[in-house]
Amino acid sequence: MKFRKTLMAVAAVATVFTASYAVAQQEQYVGLPSYRVGPFGASGAALYGGWIDYMNMINERDGGVNGVKLTWEECETEYNNARGVECYERMKNRGPTGNSVFQPLSTGITYSVLDRVAEDKIPMVTIGYGRTDAADGTVFPWVFPMISTYWNQASAIMNYIGQKEGGMENLKGKKIGLLYHDSAYGAESHAVMDRLAEMHGFSVQKIAVASPGNEQQAQWLQIRRERPDYVILWGWGVMNPTAIRTASRTGYPVDKIVGVWWSGAEEDVVPAGDAAKGYTAAGFNPAGTNFPVIQDIMTHVYAKNRGNMSDQSRVGSVLYNRGVVHGIIYVEAIRTAQENFGTGRPMTGEEMRWGFENLNIDEARLAALGADGFMPNLQITCEDHEGSGLLKFQQWDGEKWTVVSDWISGDRELVRSMIKDSAAAYAAEKGITPRDCSAQ
Amino acid sequence: MTFFLEVLIGGLLSGVLYALVALGFVLIFKASGVFNFAQGAMVFFAALTFVGFTEVLPGWTGLAPGSGAVFWLAFILALSSMIVLGIATERVVLRPLVNQAPITLFMVTIGLTFFIEGVAQGIWGSHVRRLDLGIEDVPVMFLLDNFDMMISQFDVIAAVLALVMFVALAVMFQYTKVGRALRAVADDHQAALSVGIPLKHIWAIVWSVAGFVALIAGLIWGARNGVQFALTFTALKALPVLILGGFTSVPGAIIGGLIIGASEKVAEVYLGPYVGGGIEGWFPYILAMLFLLVRPEGLFGEKHIDRV
Repeated sequence: MKFRKTLMAVAAVATVFTASYAVAQQEQYVGLPSYRVGPFGASGAALYGGWIDYMNMINERDGGVNGVKLTWEECETEYNNARGVECYERMKNRGPTGNSVFQPLSTGITYSVLDRVAEDKIPMVTIGYGRTDAADGTVFPWVFPMISTYWNQASAIMNYIGQKEGGMENLKGKKIGLLYHDSAYGAESHAVMDRLAEMHGFSVQKIAVASPGNEQQAQWLQIRRERPDYVILWGWGVMNPTAIRTASRTGYPVDKIVGVWWSGAEEDVVPAGDAAKGYTAAGFNPAGTNFPVIQDIMTHVYAKNRGNMSDQSRVGSVLYNRGVVHGIIYVEAIRTAQENFGTGRPMTGEEMRWGFENLNIDEARLAALGADGFMPNLQITCEDHEGSGLLKFQQWDGEKWTVVSDWISGDRELVRSMIKDSAAAYAAEKGITPRDCSAQ
Repeated sequence: MTFFLEVLIGGLLSGVLYALVALGFVLIFKASGVFNFAQGAMVFFAALTFVGFTEVLPGWTGLAPGSGAVFWLAFILALSSMIVLGIATERVVLRPLVNQAPITLFMVTIGLTFFIEGVAQGIWGSHVRRLDLGIEDVPVMFLLDNFDMMISQFDVIAAVLALVMFVALAVMFQYTKVGRALRAVADDHQAALSVGIPLKHIWAIVWSVAGFVALIAGLIWGARNGVQFALTFTALKALPVLILGGFTSVPGAIIGGLIIGASEKVAEVYLGPYVGGGIEGWFPYILAMLFLLVRPEGLFGEKHIDRV
């Protein structure tokens, strides 16, 4: 009798384990190298919160992607390169097919794992950061710096300023200040700004700010002396509100400052108070909660108390919405891969790469996703891992961001040729033979 | 010339604010011989706790958000939190380590840094907050109208506030019973104990005073740049100030702060363009290193002579 009971118990436990194992085999795993503490924790919490909420919404509303549930696991990097690599190694073999995509939200970590992702066949998606020339898919088949690269952003900002001045020809003779974070990230702007200055006849005054940038009196006094017509703020973290506040106290007009997309979130303007009123920044996603996709998250996630943001008022902020954009791109890549390789099972890293490389999120698809105007359309190819390169500009009115431009592109021809040249030099240095995309 | 003066005065005012952070280090070092690596984390903890209370108090008490009552209540609660933190540090962290080597005490403050940073963000969250002290950050109009110089009114008021605190603390150290006891403890733990100075109380007092200084520094720096994790980096600005001014001198912290603040700004403007800019992050350290070669104990630090 006792033996029979024991046998039944063992059978029951085995059934539960087998069933949960079978369910786990149907799940698409993604490891999230997030950062929620440390100097950039505030930005990381909003962005990864948006991404997780979107995946949660897909699970709750649709039961996953064609029946394949999404699972994720966070690994805290604190925006630290060594920890990022550790997280990458820890997560790369997790889940039924290993990590399906690596998105570190850090240019430093991107560089640190660049060779590893190619070796392990895990696509690395770097939306709005990372190595610009990785947009050349023939040399960097595993890296996807999507939507827009830094070079394209610099060019788009100059196009926006050109529009404000009544045409690019009116940039001739103008002075542009470039206040940049003194790091690899900040220096990404230099080459393209020099080329643009040469083409359009304006001059660039480059002013470095030592990290973290919590003291900028000297830099803004130099700007006050030189009086540039516009200042491009290429900052991150505490550097942004400090720049805006110091500009105000040294009398530089805030409406002549144009920030990059890492200088254009609520976290950058709220601490600056009234000094930030009228400040404009680039972005590839607007803020706001009126988009159907955000409303769906509210209905299917937050209404059930399953939201990732402890402070729900941050839902709809610039960085939160950027996290949702990350989620949309990830889910659409799974869908694209499934259409080619078969539904009902999780995709491997190689299959996901195919999904990213054949991504086509056009206007109709954006509307179907409830993301019309929420992000630009996105077509990725074997050669071009960047996509549309379209940006919108938003202005802070003291309470909220308001979109003040249509989608604006950079000088695609110029940027593409610079990407090609740089990627070719990298290929020569590393002995890489570029892929033949016609054979893909 | 006006531009040079603008750079110089701006630098001096910034230097006073660096000295304010350095003061927290000096207080603890004077009283316990401990180089408190956690001072930056304490600045962050204090400012975050203050802002956190201003957010939750209206809901708890029904007081109007942004009112003076909320401000002062939040200030008292944040100060109390710093005192509790100071006493807890003495009880849990320092008391078991009395008479241990200085490096042991230093290492334990590194652990304390991570603990304080984690607790602060665990309680109040990690998002960036605005802190409005009601002091407008606009140029001083008198200087602008008469000399075409833009000097921040906020920085001037903050510097005056900091100087008042320096004077009060210097007087306390020099002329009060507690101050004498603090200095005795700093000289030799065992000798101080043998003449009846209550070491534990003295440590609790000094950590609490350092908590108060951290709160003032946190409020000023938080109002300038927002209350966020980057406040912990203010400690990095204080280190060269300490090397220059000496680890045991309150006036040294001020003079060191003024020299560092002014020299880094002047160097950034006049030397920076020749070496690629962004030099104010490392320039003070080079200056402090050169100074170390000439005067290892700093400008006003106590000369340490060991019998061998």
